[in-house]
Amino acid sequence: MRAPSFNLLSWLIAIAALLALPWLVTSDYYVNIASQVVIAAILALSLNLLIGFGGMISLGHAAYLGVAAYLSIYLTAHAGFGHLAGALIAIGATTVLAMLFGYLALRASGLGFLMITLALGQILWGVAYRWASLTGGDNGLGGLKRPHPFGLNLMDPAIFYYFALAFFGIALWCIARFVQSALGQSLQGTRDQPRRMRALGYNVWLIQWLSFVFAGFWGSVAGLLYAYYHQFVSPQTLHLTTSAETLLMVIAGGTGTLLGPVVGAALVVILKNVVSAYITRWLILLGVIFVVIVLFMPEGLVPGITRWVRSLRSRPRADKAADTPSIAKDSAR
Amino acid sequence: MVRTRIFLSTTILAACTALTPLQAAESLKVGFMTVRSGALAAGGRQMEEGLKLCMDEHRGVMAGRKIEIITADTAGQPAVTKTKAQELVERDGAQVLIGPLAAFEALAIDDYIRQTKTPVISPSAAAEDLTQRKPNPWFVRAVGTSAQAHHPLGEYAAKDLHYKKIAIIADDFAFGHEIAAGFQRTFEQNGGKVVQKLWSPLNAAEYGTYITQIDPSVDAVFAAFAGGNGIKFLGEYKNYGMQKPVLGAMTTVDEGILKRMGDEAVGVISSGWYSAATDTPANKKFVEAVRKAYSADPGYYTVGAYMACQFLNNALEQVKGDISDKAAFMKALRNVNISQSPYGPVKLDTYGQPILDVAIRKVEKKDGRLQNTVIKTYPAVSQFWTYGPDEFLKSPVYSRDWTPAK
Repeated sequence: MRAPSFNLLSWLIAIAALLALPWLVTSDYYVNIASQVVIAAILALSLNLLIGFGGMISLGHAAYLGVAAYLSIYLTAHAGFGHLAGALIAIGATTVLAMLFGYLALRASGLGFLMITLALGQILWGVAYRWASLTGGDNGLGGLKRPHPFGLNLMDPAIFYYFALAFFGIALWCIARFVQSALGQSLQGTRDQPRRMRALGYNVWLIQWLSFVFAGFWGSVAGLLYAYYHQFVSPQTLHLTTSAETLLMVIAGGTGTLLGPVVGAALVVILKNVVSAYITRWLILLGVIFVVIVLFMPEGLVPGITRWVRSLRSRPRADKAADTPSIAKDSAR
Repeated sequence: MVRTRIFLSTTILAACTALTPLQAAESLKVGFMTVRSGALAAGGRQMEEGLKLCMDEHRGVMAGRKIEIITADTAGQPAVTKTKAQELVERDGAQVLIGPLAAFEALAIDDYIRQTKTPVISPSAAAEDLTQRKPNPWFVRAVGTSAQAHHPLGEYAAKDLHYKKIAIIADDFAFGHEIAAGFQRTFEQNGGKVVQKLWSPLNAAEYGTYITQIDPSVDAVFAAFAGGNGIKFLGEYKNYGMQKPVLGAMTTVDEGILKRMGDEAVGVISSGWYSAATDTPANKKFVEAVRKAYSADPGYYTVGAYMACQFLNNALEQVKGDISDKAAFMKALRNVNISQSPYGPVKLDTYGQPILDVAIRKVEKKDGRLQNTVIKTYPAVSQFWTYGPDEFLKSPVYSRDWTPAK
């Protein structure tokens, strides 16, 4: 399945809107929210690689976010490394961790895979919680100063937003390229027909493992930005709730689409941080919204809305549009 | 013509000068970070009650300025706490923050409050290092540190109760570790010996496996629990037929949960910088007001938030309601000196930490309800106990593996 085709104009409008955002919103507060959306979106995009394109539902994706955040804060603020060295080691080590986790988790598929990723994630949470001399235990780890790359002052909310947005752009482009590449196409093949792919001579395990590591890499990039943004990390970041929240972003936005996770990330971050100021029971609201999404567009917001728009535009051919997102439905279930 | 102009400008100038005191009377925005969702919500609700009570007492006006409270729910998550702090400061224009509830939340906004130079009064976060090894110039605390009330208890257990051997059971997180270590330090210094330390997970479903491990030769058990864990532990302790006396941390038999306990809690000796049963006019008035408004006794969180609000009032009166000079306001906040309060007399040390009277309390049943009767008071207890800041800060922060220096 391809990402929904957007014409050049709508892409340009979206890019212009994202770039102009700091001028459009008046308060630094909303710029900061936008930075958080962008960071969450990178994480959701990387998880979507596994879920949407690989059919591997992971409940341990917070591991990469948390480990990269812990490492970068520990290395730069407590072990005396420079920002660049700290960032590179954090991303490198987290990617190595993804290699190991992929090796362990891909011994199983389906529910077994889900349980292994869940267990691995919880082990890391336990380590962060227990190994207090290194991680600060449940008091967390702080003290990181945001870096000044190329003389940019990242303490400024708008500049930080552009910094995160640049990473987001690169991530989106790389992941889009990956999905369209031969490897990405064969990954989707292993999702739909693993047996047939095997019979055709593809190394299914290797394809899945490489994708797993690639997803882990982008998860660690999100973790690095998370560390720079919050300048603080605690075991909460590694907790199952973070993984589940990311999963929710992907499913709500639309699995197996390029933009679905981005929309899902925006939805969850805004509900959690902005709407919660007005509605105390925002968790219930999130639940209701999720149920509504599942009821009316089980394939997720982005494919669902695309389908609606398409059926509105061409009423006579509405039945044709209904059969496109069949696979996304499967993984959403 | 020229004259008119001069006249006009003087009028405008006069109008401007007249405006300044008017501006001072503009309302002061106070951001209040509480927890309304998640595991910590019960404490968050009590904090809101305590704060509301204090605001009502002042009729919403402090030092001639109207106080506007803006409440935010941090959900007990560090990342959300930071966003909420930004929301309060940047969007809503809060000039002072009261909150947040948990220590890891306070640590999560540590850098942010330094950066924005926002004064913060903490109504409950007890982590030692917030006012010790990592002091923040914009942070003061309105409650004791984890170990502050439990240094005296260690001494009391050894000297007054003549216990020689004690087993410790505590929640396995920073708060439990710090309480246990503080207790152990003074207990052993006075000739006692902690022979066993059991750490139970914060969300333990039951304590049977821990209770059966307790060394039968000990004189007493020191139980340091937070949240609702004290209820579960004491109930099971009795059901297992344990006879050894129990010493409790302040939060093990906190008034906030004491009402949900039965006879199993009677006789538990604990220590705290507050007891609802303290017999002073200031406290009686406070307790009656809480009972009337919420038909419950004030506990840890209620009194913490109430006192945070009184700290604000005291500091605002010192600067006559003018908060425009943040450094001066912060100096006033660190200079808070309240002679009569539910705590008793309070003043702050140079680290922004209150020096408080610590009560040794015993759970008794009076008028059909359980209460923490005060049996001894240690006046003016510092967070450093009798060690002095220099010596105290030399050793690492209390932790799970902390052992007293030989």
